[in-house]
Amino acid sequence: MSDIDYKDKGSILNPLRALAFFGRKPITEKLAPRKASERYRGFHLNDWEKCVGCSTCQKVCDNAAITMVKVPGLPNDPVKGVRDLRPAIDYGRCCWCALCVDLCPTGSISLSQEYVHTCTDPELDSYFVLPDPNGIHNQHFPAGWSKESDNDLVDHQRQPMAELEPSLRIGDFSEMVSGYSKQQAIIEASRCVQCGMCHDACPTRMNAPEYIRAIWQDDLEEAVRQIYRTNPFAHTCGRVCTHRCEDACSVGHRGEPIAIRWLKRYAMDHVAPERIRAIVTEGRLSDKSGLRVAIVGAGPAGLTAAFDLARSGHQVTVYEALPKAGGMTRYGIPDYRLPAASLDRDVEIITGLGVEIRYDTHVGRDVSMAGLHDEHDAVLMAIGLQFGRSTRIPGSDQPGVYRAVDLLRDIVLGKPMAVPSRAVVIGGGNVAMDIARSLARLQKIQHGQVGITLTALQPEGHFPADPEEIKEALEEGIEILPARGPQSVVLENGRVIGLETARVMSLLDAQGRFAPTYDLDDRQIHSGEWMVEAIGQMGDADAILGTELTEQLEWARGRLQLNAEGRTSLSWLWAAGDIVNGPDVVHAVADGHRVAASINAYLNEQVKQGGTRHE
Amino acid sequence: MRAENYQARHQPPSNEYELNFGPNHPGIEGNYALKVRLHGDTVIEAKADGGYLHRGFEKLMEQRLWIQNLALVPRICVPDPAPMELAYSTAVENLCGLDVPVRAQWLRVLQMELSRIAAHLFTFGGHAATTGMYNPMYWGVADRDVVLDLFEELTGGRVYHIYNIPGGVRKDVPDGFLGRVASTLDYLESRLPDYDNLFFTNQVFVTRSKGVGTLSQQQALELGVTGPNLRATGLAFDVRRDDPYLVYDQLDFDIPIEHAGDAWARTLVRRAELKESIRIVRQVLERLPSIPGPIRAPIPNPLAWNVPAGEYYARVESSKGELSWYVVSNGGARPYRTHIRGPSSMHAVQVLETLCKGARLEDVAQIMFSLDACPPEVDR
Repeated sequence: MSDIDYKDKGSILNPLRALAFFGRKPITEKLAPRKASERYRGFHLNDWEKCVGCSTCQKVCDNAAITMVKVPGLPNDPVKGVRDLRPAIDYGRCCWCALCVDLCPTGSISLSQEYVHTCTDPELDSYFVLPDPNGIHNQHFPAGWSKESDNDLVDHQRQPMAELEPSLRIGDFSEMVSGYSKQQAIIEASRCVQCGMCHDACPTRMNAPEYIRAIWQDDLEEAVRQIYRTNPFAHTCGRVCTHRCEDACSVGHRGEPIAIRWLKRYAMDHVAPERIRAIVTEGRLSDKSGLRVAIVGAGPAGLTAAFDLARSGHQVTVYEALPKAGGMTRYGIPDYRLPAASLDRDVEIITGLGVEIRYDTHVGRDVSMAGLHDEHDAVLMAIGLQFGRSTRIPGSDQPGVYRAVDLLRDIVLGKPMAVPSRAVVIGGGNVAMDIARSLARLQKIQHGQVGITLTALQPEGHFPADPEEIKEALEEGIEILPARGPQSVVLENGRVIGLETARVMSLLDAQGRFAPTYDLDDRQIHSGEWMVEAIGQMGDADAILGTELTEQLEWARGRLQLNAEGRTSLSWLWAAGDIVNGPDVVHAVADGHRVAASINAYLNEQVKQGGTRHE
Repeated sequence: MRAENYQARHQPPSNEYELNFGPNHPGIEGNYALKVRLHGDTVIEAKADGGYLHRGFEKLMEQRLWIQNLALVPRICVPDPAPMELAYSTAVENLCGLDVPVRAQWLRVLQMELSRIAAHLFTFGGHAATTGMYNPMYWGVADRDVVLDLFEELTGGRVYHIYNIPGGVRKDVPDGFLGRVASTLDYLESRLPDYDNLFFTNQVFVTRSKGVGTLSQQQALELGVTGPNLRATGLAFDVRRDDPYLVYDQLDFDIPIEHAGDAWARTLVRRAELKESIRIVRQVLERLPSIPGPIRAPIPNPLAWNVPAGEYYARVESSKGELSWYVVSNGGARPYRTHIRGPSSMHAVQVLETLCKGARLEDVAQIMFSLDACPPEVDR
């Protein structure tokens, strides 16, 4: 029973008890709004410098109160993962739950301590506000509910990718990384906030949010379907893509970006080839146009165009000078990064669409370009950059001085190669890393130890190569010397014994052009019997086109003149790939799609006008 | 809820009078309504009407991501929203197999008991007002506000805390917060004698509420009554003790009961519970500093969160009685079905209708407030 004594005492003095209240402080509220608490959930603040317009706040908002609006004047750079969109809040809908704060990948949004807003009828739209750092009335209220580690709902940790230990992988060319397990892939895919920054940054606009979502739902066939919407080199890109998508990933602003490339690889590796073939043929036009297209070069650009054109019903023949397809992806990328079997799967799917590849056929020697034009309705030149550039330093014309692309090609072709116990590589890009790491493997096999020195013009931290390539090269025992410029090849009795370098003082001149200057007092000699130049590549279109065509075409400073669709000044000839746009697989794929669309439009016009010239 | 409530009865007997009691009535809660048939001042029959303002919560939740429902659930009971968050989060945690860190459990107890204190103060005020005493209402609302100040500091929101999240709570206590809770408790305790003088022992209230709306224990059990309304009939049942959740089994508190089963007894149970809640919060203040974090188990990205298929029935003791959430997942990103068993859905419909029968018209509002019903729990 209750402790209360409720029986009426009935004393006449009872009212006097109320007198005690005169001495008490009354409970009153001030008329003016009082200061809110430090984590109050008031009107929004948004730091426009941090915000990248990814729209995650909009996606998590439970009342659809957030609309992304375009703010003119803000940076809009898909490659950097920045959009000129900023969230605007409809305070007729907002419930101040602050989930937008907790899930914001960049941490730009917070709620403020401001909570009073009134308006008169004609200003009803003043409830729709574009928050900035100054608050909705420009009164600089302090932040209230903000992101701290406790309430941060963004998962910053990437699933680790298992890779071979350096000591194990250096002994042969087997693939370094083993790929995600199902559980890892699903967890990794679940980190994605579906902002689509990756899609905008990708040269070929891959539907990454869609295939990541499909992987999360464990619907790998749907993932493959989404991947093939824009990229027929999916096995390849799943391994060696330069992944612009990950650089733009909004989760990467404060944590590790989603491993988009590894997820693509996971999806491609876990769907059976015959299922991939079936998915790829979905939506293919069954009508044959009867028109023929010749493509010179079976690299990613040429084969992507072949893929698109074959799906559109045209008859495609690809002419390839080397014995296998893939171009630089096969003859430039070592097996430990891209196993030949993976590339073969990509190529088989393309040839499965009826694309014919004529191997060992050198256009310009075995067949002429003019001959191709006679037999086909359109011709695409996608010949890549097959020749290495030379440093042209004294001694660089000696035997023992090689170009990286030549050596990489010979390794793939299986030519016997006696690698010396010490070699020097010149260059700081991915090709330099590829050849250095390939030679290191051969040295390990042939001599039992690695003896490679790599010299690059760039200072540390500014190498053109991917940071992971540099890290892995160092792990494999390669000596990397930044800011060293090659001066001359040191010879002894006509044999290469080393490379002399000087310290680089600056790389660019006042106009920002490439003009390195050296401190000639700081010289070093790096011993090595081979000197490998990996400082860039060039193409040789003239040899393929022939003199007559070369003269007919328009050139500007040695480069073929093309319109925005990749078409030359001749109506039947297009060009694509590294020879036009460098420097990686995914750009080549994007280029292939672009010219294929142009060629297809041209051919469809031909069909309307009476079909092929070649019966 | 009832279409017939919106139509006049055909050919009512000439000695009967039909009255729409609410929704626009100072003695009704929210937009609730009763259609009352009267003979003189005596109620012959009352039909409850939920008001249709808060309906559709359960259906709406099926359209929203698991995380988005966090902002929706507290709205089902405005005066005591915290148990709603807790029960929903508990259900999701059990479906996902999430282990709530110990510190988060203590923080949740802190939030639950402060919410109970605030809710009871609100109810005292409302109940007093239905007997014509408006001063206790002003006091109750003003004193509830000092608890809301604490919520504002802890959770960023005064009324809708949205503080629980599956896996734990969203933020830890701010610096100096526990000290401020302690002084607020001291203040509230110092007010209790005033409340006794002004309200609980006030003869106006005692006379008005004793013997009004009497519910027997048998009736209470048959009608699914829980919480203070059940305990006022002499049965000491409390989910916190009889099916412990969080860390209630480590806390020392009593389950106050009364035996009369009338409006007076129900209010006295709440009065005693308020003291027990102050006692519980004091224990939390003592223990919390020595309990290490974290305050939340890791959860997946809320935008890509499939809760494993299954069903769970989570129950907690709210200030109004046993509050339960039945949540079903089919393995998707949104609940397949949710159902709220709010205590008020029994108290404000079948209990209220039963107790009103035979009561006098001037007691109808008091009976409703003494049951401490929350209309959105009926509509949901």
